[in-house]
Amino acid sequence: MVAVSTNFLAAIGRIFLAFMAATGRLSIFTATALSHCVTPPIYPRLLLRQMMSIGYYSLPVVGMTAVFTGMVLALQIYSGSSRFNAEGAVATIVVIGITRELGPVLTGLMVAGRVGAAMAAEIGTMRVTEQIDALTTLSTNPFKYLVVPRLIAGALMLPLLVLVADIIGVMGGYLVGTEKLGFNSASYIDNTFEFLEQIDVVSGLVKASAFGFIVSLMGCYHGYHSRGGAQGVGSATTNAVVSASILILAANYIITELFFDI
Amino acid sequence: MSTQNPAKIVMRDVHKSFGPKVVLDGLDLEVGQGESVVVIGGSGTGKSVMLKCVLGLLHPEQGSIKVDGEEAIGMRGKERDRVLEKFGMLFQSAALFDSLKVWENVAFGLIQGRGMSRDDAKGVALTKMAQVGLGEDVGELSPAELSGGMQKRVGLARAIATEPEIIFFDEPTTGLDPIMGDVINDLIVDCVQELGASTLSITHDMASARKIADRIAMIYKGKIIWAGPTDEVDHSGNAHVDQFIFGRAEGPIQMEVLRP
Repeated sequence: MVAVSTNFLAAIGRIFLAFMAATGRLSIFTATALSHCVTPPIYPRLLLRQMMSIGYYSLPVVGMTAVFTGMVLALQIYSGSSRFNAEGAVATIVVIGITRELGPVLTGLMVAGRVGAAMAAEIGTMRVTEQIDALTTLSTNPFKYLVVPRLIAGALMLPLLVLVADIIGVMGGYLVGTEKLGFNSASYIDNTFEFLEQIDVVSGLVKASAFGFIVSLMGCYHGYHSRGGAQGVGSATTNAVVSASILILAANYIITELFFDI
Repeated sequence: MSTQNPAKIVMRDVHKSFGPKVVLDGLDLEVGQGESVVVIGGSGTGKSVMLKCVLGLLHPEQGSIKVDGEEAIGMRGKERDRVLEKFGMLFQSAALFDSLKVWENVAFGLIQGRGMSRDDAKGVALTKMAQVGLGEDVGELSPAELSGGMQKRVGLARAIATEPEIIFFDEPTTGLDPIMGDVINDLIVDCVQELGASTLSITHDMASARKIADRIAMIYKGKIIWAGPTDEVDHSGNAHVDQFIFGRAEGPIQMEVLRP
């Protein structure tokens, strides 16, 4: 009995130590990356390439996600609010729901799947094929060349993507509201903007910037530390997407509390 | 293990472990000015780890590595960048950047490391590619479109593009047919003679070692167990060296093979 409980405690201890070691490694990686973000050289060509990859090429998937989310949100709110005769709030709740929560969170999760996975796979492959070592021997800092452009591009492009997602999501709600639920077009637009406040949009954009940073950080971190060939790169890709998704949801709660101080 | 020339690289009592596995166990080696040293040894004996320790890609727990008399272990930042500028390296897998064209790979160290303009760097890259027998048309291809031998040539052109003082060759002929292997060996000898560089190579290909080495050293269990001029390797009087260079299964080096 004593041996079983000792083994159990040892297992918990090992998990705790592994968790603390991983947290330490990630903290050092983040601090190193941030220090390189504010010291030259910055590679503008690579930054632009990453901005295109994260921003422009993510537009279709983000747009599709936003339009269907806005549409289904309008249906659900109409269905729920009709129980207590509050159908008039559909437009207001759609726009607040999209700008505050669904726009940034769903965009962050979609980009984590599309871009975070690609980053981890690309950097992971470079690690296992010694390309990152080659960078060092060619007098090029791998953090500056690989990590910094991705982090900056992630933090800059996600807010733009979320702005687009907000507009498309609200349009999705408008389409369902006017074409299916019978709202008057002018009054739906009026209701959309009447109760919308600046902080609703700004909080969503701040979240987006944080989520973009998280997606890039997880993609780079897991790719940079991948080991052991194709299997290692595969694990890095999975870990990048899973950890970015969880951190996005956790960060979403923290930023919401900070902004709205409920 | 000493050399007659002034030493370019001096490794003394270098130890490196990964967890409980000891890889370098008090390694001593010198590479003289303009000298070509080849380290031979079986797989997993610490050859690649030794190179990575010199380049600062791995950090030894103990010992000293001096480059031109400067202690390289623990160097950081600009100091380390300055020392790294002296090095060029041909990787075992060539390690070409597959997101860049071939000429951009060759010119990479000139553009990113030395701040040369793209046009000037392209000119130098094409000259270096010609030196290893690659035409201008190859420069516009991507590395994935090249054969293994051509990738090694591009890797060699990249290693010599910045005209480094020290060049490392990591298994330069592994994975190549014997003829292409010999072509690469000739190119290495020609390029190194032209640059006057000091070189440290690791290989288990004895034909390659005999061709490119001034001096051969054998690594076994993380230590240099024999070193001497290339023409003495056949009469080393060391049973480990004899077993390795003649490729015998029987001898003091016992491979860990699980027999059915």
